[in-house]
Amino acid sequence: MAAEQTLSPAAKAASAPRWLWRDLAGLAVILAAAIVGYLLFPNNLALLTRITAIALLVLSLDLVTGYCGIATLGHAALFGAGAYAAGIAAAHFGITDPILMVVIGAIGGAVAGLVSGAIMLRGHGLAQLVLSIAIVYLFHETANKASAWTGGSDGLAGISPDPVFGVFGFDLWGRTAYVFGIVLLVLVFLALRVLVRSPFGMLCRGIKEDPVRVSAMGASVSFTLLRIYVVSGAVAGIGGALNAISTQVVGLDSLSFTTSAEALVMLVQGGTGSLYGGLIGTIVFMWFEDFVSSINPFHWLTIVGALLIAVVLFAPNGLYGTAARLVERRRDER
Amino acid sequence: MQTVFSVGTDALAYGMVLFVISIGLSVTMGLMRVVNLAHGAFAMIGGYIASYAAHMLGLGYAVAILLAVAGTILISIPVERFLFRRIYGAPELTQVLMTIGITFCVIGIANYVFGPTLKTIPLPELLRGPVDLGYRSIAAHKLFAIACGALVALSLWVLIDKTSFGVRLRASVDNAAMAASLGVRTRIVYAVSSAVAVGLAAFGGIVGAELLPIEPYYALRYMVTFLVVVSVGGAGSIPGALLACLVLGAIDTTGRYLVPEYGEFFFYLAVIAIVCLFPNGLLGRKK
Repeated sequence: MAAEQTLSPAAKAASAPRWLWRDLAGLAVILAAAIVGYLLFPNNLALLTRITAIALLVLSLDLVTGYCGIATLGHAALFGAGAYAAGIAAAHFGITDPILMVVIGAIGGAVAGLVSGAIMLRGHGLAQLVLSIAIVYLFHETANKASAWTGGSDGLAGISPDPVFGVFGFDLWGRTAYVFGIVLLVLVFLALRVLVRSPFGMLCRGIKEDPVRVSAMGASVSFTLLRIYVVSGAVAGIGGALNAISTQVVGLDSLSFTTSAEALVMLVQGGTGSLYGGLIGTIVFMWFEDFVSSINPFHWLTIVGALLIAVVLFAPNGLYGTAARLVERRRDER
Repeated sequence: MQTVFSVGTDALAYGMVLFVISIGLSVTMGLMRVVNLAHGAFAMIGGYIASYAAHMLGLGYAVAILLAVAGTILISIPVERFLFRRIYGAPELTQVLMTIGITFCVIGIANYVFGPTLKTIPLPELLRGPVDLGYRSIAAHKLFAIACGALVALSLWVLIDKTSFGVRLRASVDNAAMAASLGVRTRIVYAVSSAVAVGLAAFGGIVGAELLPIEPYYALRYMVTFLVVVSVGGAGSIPGALLACLVLGAIDTTGRYLVPEYGEFFFYLAVIAIVCLFPNGLLGRKK
């Protein structure tokens, strides 16, 4: 940020397309990573698709936590709402078109975002954190109780999505699901890049820095936060719908406190306040989890704990933030 | 009538155990403004030490409690010195992450050292069977937990309301900088109160082991409950914490007895309602 302010006006005018180039570069990196993943782990595409779905959850959490500064431990409520909305539409109402399911998931997530945002914004600090935890538990218990609709603790089965555009069927190896997920991720990523650069996105950052000043300037803090919560819910809902489509089952764990906490851990390890950080954090965390927990699930918990402490103490900006800072310093030295 | 009585005693015992464990959290959170999710981990450590002392070393119940409380405080000192002290005054997100990290580590280590099974703490003969109250009998260990809760509440009240240490503590809770400039040595106040908080957590973990069984995921399972109690009662308020424990214990136990299929639905519904109506807690003061 500091480097930008020192630019001369001429350089600033020329820097407008630089954003475009940066986004295209980011897009190319995502696509390259997706292709490399496909080539390296052709037998483990299910894990890669799950990483993609969780990445959407982490991106949506980044909107709220990274850009608006709201600490929440209940974001899986929105993810699970999207997953259950898409799953119930498919299993009970026969809506099996995958694109329609994603739209329904996004709507379900947005509604959940509206509800939980309206509740969360009533508190500050500790109260807000406790509200977020209570919300995710409330969603969890509701889904558990309404087992006629959600399958309860057995999970919601019987989701069999149609082929995409009637052509690409969901096969046993999960190739279609993987490509479908990557396309969704790329579209959401581009939309969010536009969103966070828009005046609305700037307003959100302003609220994170100083809410009093933003409201003194005449903008409504709580209405802005509610809107970002709805957007975030839609993104998380798309992730949940993707998970429902690819695994063809929705479990209660998609609504759990643990998923919420893990999403927060991924975001912070990658770096808050930048979409790339969320993506990197998710990939590193999920891959590492798969690797370590195949050896011993409890060592995994110890390692995550130690990693968290290390990140807080030594790299508070996360992997991406720290790397970006190093690059910036290098550039300044030159 | 039978149901009302048994629900009532269970709720009271559960609420008192919650109170003993979370009162320390409430005081330290009011004092240091740290969102501490690792408090349950100390209760769990206390339970593990007591179980180890009773089973492996063959010590008596009272000795095991003393050993566990002392041991837990000893363990907490380096944790406080090297980890917690760095997050005082940090943003909430940092505090949450650091304390969740500590909790995860404790769970992983506890499982590695003690295994994933439930650990029991053998009760002495005196606390084992039921106690006849004349017209009704009640499990002795529940009575013991209620008595412990009442004793802790009473002694904390005396400590905070009647002693000079209590005066300094209350001054530091209200305004640490002003208290320090008036000659209160806040560092000592902080150190003593966090030691007391950890000790009480360990004590509560042992006394409540029959109600909240000791196992590796203890720290994660009840982490939220303790935090909720503090938030509902209002950080730093002892009567608030007591009230919150009794109310939440009553709601949770009643829900479990009458509509078990709803799980903790009503508990969290009540939490949302209370926190929305009283953002600073039931008896907390405005910040």
